[in-house]
Amino acid sequence: MPIWEPDKECMEAEQLQQLQLERLQATLNRVYRNVAFYQRCFKAIGFSPEVDLTDLRDLERLPFTTSKDISASYPYQMFAVPLREVVRIHSSSGTMTNPQVVGYTRQDLSVWSHLVARILTAGGVSRDDVIQITFAYGLMTGGLGIHYGAERIGASVLPTSVGRTDRQIKIMQDYRTTVLVSTPTYTLVMAERMEQLGVDRKTLSLKYCICAGEPWTAENRREIEERLFVKATDNYGVSEVMGPGVAGECLEQQGMHLQEDHFLMEIIDPGTGQVLPTGELGELVITTLSKEAFPVIRYRTGDLCRIIPEPCSCGRTLRRISRIQGRSDNVVIIKGVNIIPERVGDILEQIEGERPVYQLVATRHDYHDELEIWIEISPKLFFDKMREQRSLVDAIRYKVANIIGITPIIKLVEGGSLEREGDVVKLFVDRR
Amino acid sequence: MLTVKSVHTYYGNIHALKGVSIHVRAGEMVALIGANGAGKSTLLNTICGLVKPGKGKVEFQGREITGLPPEEIVQKGIALVPEGRQIFPTLTVEANLEMGAFTHRRRRQQVREDMARMLERFPILGQRRQQLAGTLSGGEQQMLAISRALMSRPQLLVLDEPSMGLAPMIVKEIFAIIQELRMEGRTLLLIEQNARAALRIADRGYVLETGKVVLEGEGSQLLEHREVQRAYLGKGARQIWEA
Repeated sequence: MPIWEPDKECMEAEQLQQLQLERLQATLNRVYRNVAFYQRCFKAIGFSPEVDLTDLRDLERLPFTTSKDISASYPYQMFAVPLREVVRIHSSSGTMTNPQVVGYTRQDLSVWSHLVARILTAGGVSRDDVIQITFAYGLMTGGLGIHYGAERIGASVLPTSVGRTDRQIKIMQDYRTTVLVSTPTYTLVMAERMEQLGVDRKTLSLKYCICAGEPWTAENRREIEERLFVKATDNYGVSEVMGPGVAGECLEQQGMHLQEDHFLMEIIDPGTGQVLPTGELGELVITTLSKEAFPVIRYRTGDLCRIIPEPCSCGRTLRRISRIQGRSDNVVIIKGVNIIPERVGDILEQIEGERPVYQLVATRHDYHDELEIWIEISPKLFFDKMREQRSLVDAIRYKVANIIGITPIIKLVEGGSLEREGDVVKLFVDRR
Repeated sequence: MLTVKSVHTYYGNIHALKGVSIHVRAGEMVALIGANGAGKSTLLNTICGLVKPGKGKVEFQGREITGLPPEEIVQKGIALVPEGRQIFPTLTVEANLEMGAFTHRRRRQQVREDMARMLERFPILGQRRQQLAGTLSGGEQQMLAISRALMSRPQLLVLDEPSMGLAPMIVKEIFAIIQELRMEGRTLLLIEQNARAALRIADRGYVLETGKVVLEGEGSQLLEHREVQRAYLGKGARQIWEA
């Protein structure tokens, strides 16, 4: 399969590290000079980029930047260039707090479109494709971000934006869309609607589905691929960092190549902030290496994933990140172990074949913490014989203990009895 | 081919390079641009061994050359065309070229052949082979300085302000020579006060500011860059050799 920028996407590790060091030095020199926030942060710990940054590892000395920091700089205080150099402004929705406002120079937009072109190419898109973009166009980065990359490739772009599913489906049929860009959820909504409308999906021209915008599972992918007869790839973007194009899967479908020549990634323990060894699950932290208008240093994305260091058979040497496994805000720490409640659901799903209704409960007896997993009984989980019931509970306990590292107490409870917030069961309750 | 990692260079108390990292790949032409005193020449001199860095590393073809004496660095394959040409004015053109081949002095045949090639390539030097170099015009001296550097058969040619002090017509000629060298697949590292002309023919460039790199990018990108345009290109002012 073609690669958009082979000289960059297939760089040798040593070359890449030199480039990263050069770009990191230039970035830190610029933010130190131009952004009061970073100058303050660096000065507070006595860090001077010209003296203290001689190796990529030196970055670990610097504090993290959070979405709160960015909100607090509303609207333009963290821009590293004067506003007249900025040619595009995007921002997050920002419900309760100030939104996060991000600017782009002309050069930033050029880099951005190339990086999106990389991930689209990796997902199978070429200039011969008709690409339908169902992300929101507007202040959010999704729509325009993908749009410019698709145009850069030379594909025929349909900027349909969000909603009006029936019209989307008609366009997909009549305009012979070959690539759908959508959230996994909306892709399934469309598949469902097509079924209702009696649209024969075999008559569509659709080949690829570029999915992004929310975490999804391998199961979701299988369903999308089976129902729409496409190959679906996973993509990752962060609007504070750039938008779409930060990382994207190739057709091997084994994790997303992160654009390491433009972004430096670290995986940290969300509790302690320590950088974790390669391959461990933790929070993704990103430092931009080429952004001009809005560089971010050690930005905590809040997204949980791990680095896949093994080379990919597609030929790209840029390392991959795993599927996003949850949000670090949801991580709970019990007995010093970081637990992602959604991950426990995945384990239960593996054992039982379907995702049960469950809740994690942390309890404390005599200063001793326990993890309890409460599972609502369903016909599938209910056995006449006590012995079978018990062996299922044992199997769950054993498997969970094996994967997360602490042995839980499993409790089967009556259907509908778990504490809910609206219609949704709270995945975690702290009774400590 | 060349990798410079976090180099710090001092002139007495003056901290001239503050953690500079750059690289040049084989067959690539890289331009360094920046205002006077930004540290461009210091960086070249550090690479060529004329000054020793206080900290950091210079690697050439995978081997560390930090702090080696200049003659050994020439032997490893880096040749400098120095600022202000620095030819030997009281020696003939031929003798100047011979000096350039100093590291190959035992290979007489090779030196003879290389010299013949240089004199053929720059016919004006051929005509003046017996003339004292000091009597050449500025442009001719620059050609001599470049061919003298080429006599060492370098892997990497480093040029420090090759157009300085030359008339616009001659500058055009010198740039044509540099462009030719690039087309031959030579690896070049260049400082040029005429940033626009340099970036136009360079693959990549670095912008230095008070001893630090503040921007890195492809030549065409930097050329388009508004900050670079304002600071170094005299935005809007068309250069005479663009006509």
